[in-house]
Amino acid sequence: MKRTFSVLVENQPGVLTRVAGLFGRRGFNIQSLAVGVTQDPSLSRMTIVVDGDDRVLEQVQKQLNKLVNVIKVSVLEAPEAIGRELALVRVHAPPAQRTAIMQVVDIFRAKIVDVARRSLVVEITGDEDKVSAMVDLLREFGIMEVVRTGKIAMARGSKESRGGMWHGQSTIRSGRRPRALARLAGGGTGVWEPGECAGAELEG
Amino acid sequence: MIGAEVLWNSLLQHGVEVIFGYPGGAVIPVYDVLPSSLRHVLVRHEQAAAMAADGYARATGRLGACIATSGPGALNLLCGLTNAFLDSAPVLAITGQVPTGQLGRDAFQETDIFGATMPLTKHNYLVNRVEDLPRILNEAVYLAQAGRKGPVLVDLPRDVAEAEVPPRVDASPRLPGYKPRRDGHPAQVARAAEALASARKPLLLVGGGVKWAEAAPLAVRLAEKAGLPVASTLMGLGTVPADHPLFLGMIGMHGTVAANRAVQECDVLLALGVRFSDRVTGKREAFATGAQIIHVDVDPAELGKNVPAHIPIVGDVGRVLEGLIPLVPERRRQEWLDEVDSFRSPAGQDGVGASAVRALARVTGDLARRGDLILVTDVGQHQMWVAQHYPFYHPRTLLTSGGLGAMGYGLPAAVGAQIGCPGKRVVLVTGDGSLQINLQELATVRQEDLPIKIVLLDNGSLGMVRQWQEMFFDGNLVAVSLGGPDWVKLAEAYGIKAWRCSDPGELEDGLATLMAEPGPGLLHCRVPAEEKVLPMVPAGEPLARIIVSW
Ligand SMILES: Cc1ncc(C[n+]2csc(CCOP(=O)(O)OP(=O)(O)O)c2C)c(N)n1
Ligand SMILES: [Mg+2]
Repeated sequence: MKRTFSVLVENQPGVLTRVAGLFGRRGFNIQSLAVGVTQDPSLSRMTIVVDGDDRVLEQVQKQLNKLVNVIKVSVLEAPEAIGRELALVRVHAPPAQRTAIMQVVDIFRAKIVDVARRSLVVEITGDEDKVSAMVDLLREFGIMEVVRTGKIAMARGSKESRGGMWHGQSTIRSGRRPRALARLAGGGTGVWEPGECAGAELEG
Repeated sequence: MIGAEVLWNSLLQHGVEVIFGYPGGAVIPVYDVLPSSLRHVLVRHEQAAAMAADGYARATGRLGACIATSGPGALNLLCGLTNAFLDSAPVLAITGQVPTGQLGRDAFQETDIFGATMPLTKHNYLVNRVEDLPRILNEAVYLAQAGRKGPVLVDLPRDVAEAEVPPRVDASPRLPGYKPRRDGHPAQVARAAEALASARKPLLLVGGGVKWAEAAPLAVRLAEKAGLPVASTLMGLGTVPADHPLFLGMIGMHGTVAANRAVQECDVLLALGVRFSDRVTGKREAFATGAQIIHVDVDPAELGKNVPAHIPIVGDVGRVLEGLIPLVPERRRQEWLDEVDSFRSPAGQDGVGASAVRALARVTGDLARRGDLILVTDVGQHQMWVAQHYPFYHPRTLLTSGGLGAMGYGLPAAVGAQIGCPGKRVVLVTGDGSLQINLQELATVRQEDLPIKIVLLDNGSLGMVRQWQEMFFDGNLVAVSLGGPDWVKLAEAYGIKAWRCSDPGELEDGLATLMAEPGPGLLHCRVPAEEKVLPMVPAGEPLARIIVSW
């Protein structure tokens, strides 16, 4: 069974390694992984498609949540979510085949983005099935190269997958300013001006 | 104030009193400003620094700290940090690193410790800018001790340690993704109470998480109120006093017949702070097949990981028990308790190894009962003889490497425990193989003047491996025979008093002499190489396939 996880992470060095390492170490089977920064530059969004049984998928979610830099893990599946992939396909296109190729491109509402003497580069976006169907059809003409992005996904409607946060609320950090560390710090202050940390309390 | 000073100030501020370490090029600037108010214990190998910090943490319940230089120093920490990770011990590791300008250039003693320790720590940091350091230290200290505890590593490039910290930097932890849940979900707790109330044959299984949650008294109270017989994992020993009538002993590969049988017979299994490792469950599919499993753990990822959790409860074990105890009805359950008692088998014939542990229990019984003795083990047969035959009455009185099974843990952990608990007696039961893995720490014991008592069960072999070869590899003994040194001379070379005991009849006297010694001491006991640890469930077999004699 495949499941799409949308993972909101802190945009920090090493986070991708942590996530990738987790999948490797626990033997989880990644189908695709796409990463990009969000509207808040301190946060990135990873969309990860995983194949596995129920126990594995539950573990994936829990182990992701266990990573300190992971802020939220949501499951995004159709019909509640939109999933998209982008593919670039370089297809063999001698003059005699071009019209036929362009018909396929039209049907899929894809685009030709580069033209060379004996080949074309076609760009297509869509869900995984659509992209695969198009690639299959183009195969007849002779595919020279395919590059696919892996899926990205977003919930439909006004709900943000980040959960409880909405546009314009600057960062999740300012949303919950940690009440800091007195239990551990013993309330002392440092010579280096520990700012808001001293005296407050952090749960857990 | 420079980064290195911020480091020490922060540790002191967080109540760290001792750090175990070993210097080198990348941390000389850090050592250069070591404050006299922080005790630095110079170990003889960085692995021992990490393991001593771990032993300190397990014995005291407080954060253990260690420091090493970049490259080889940092790499030497790894086994110790992993050991702390698998047994959830709160440890803070500081490693030196080459200056940021040299990172990625394969500089002298540069290794990617940040990358290497990602899967071996709860969390880790590479400090790129000195203004981040105060916050990172606050986060690291907090993370090591919050929720499920564990090791956290901070890799500190030399130029960052030497850089001046700007005034007024924000040191507040920023951990938007970390919010451990403490209280169990009330509906789940209520379901657990109902399951226990309607159970005919309930069993309580306690693990290391109970001691980390400081919840041992609550676990005992629940068992007494609800009439639950109790089994323990290796890490849970000491949660319920060994002489408690409800206590069945350790479960799993070298567990008691009674505990292993009870878990197969029970209809409700309440598991507190355990992770159901393969050493506990045997063949997973055959584990507690008739039971509804209530699994309580502060780490949600443990629930359902190895065995199904029919009633999962995420939360601090203590908080959950506080909610659960008032909800469970008082029960005697005489019939089930009688049945469980009938599983208890008369003790088999003890070999010399087991007898030595029993003799130690007689000699140190009063200390143990009072909670004034910390018993540390290494890994192997001697470890299991201790787990089986030494009665533990209090949490944190057995320190042993469970999840990683790291030989060499014993001596440095004993060092950490004795430094953390100067008022307690620390006894190390070790093997001739394990002791040689961190033997160099005898020098630390001497230099720090630690009155650790070492009971060496010398069977001239890697006994546990030998046992497997005899039992499961047709007696094909390969690479297990150890031609030992002269242990008494060796100990004396380090300035440690030592005695020999070759006659099992003299064990008790020898142990009494050892325990009476005010300083450190070693008792060298000969144990026949053929002795086995029994009972034993062969790896991967159902618990029912327990072998009781060989
Ligand atoms: C660092 C490390 N290497 C190897 C092992 C595998 N191993 C487990 S028990 C054991 C033998 C232990 O020998 P010893 O310390 O003499 O204890 P004994 O079993 O003889 O009591 C070995 C080699 C291990 N657990 N840890
Ligand atoms: Mg041995």
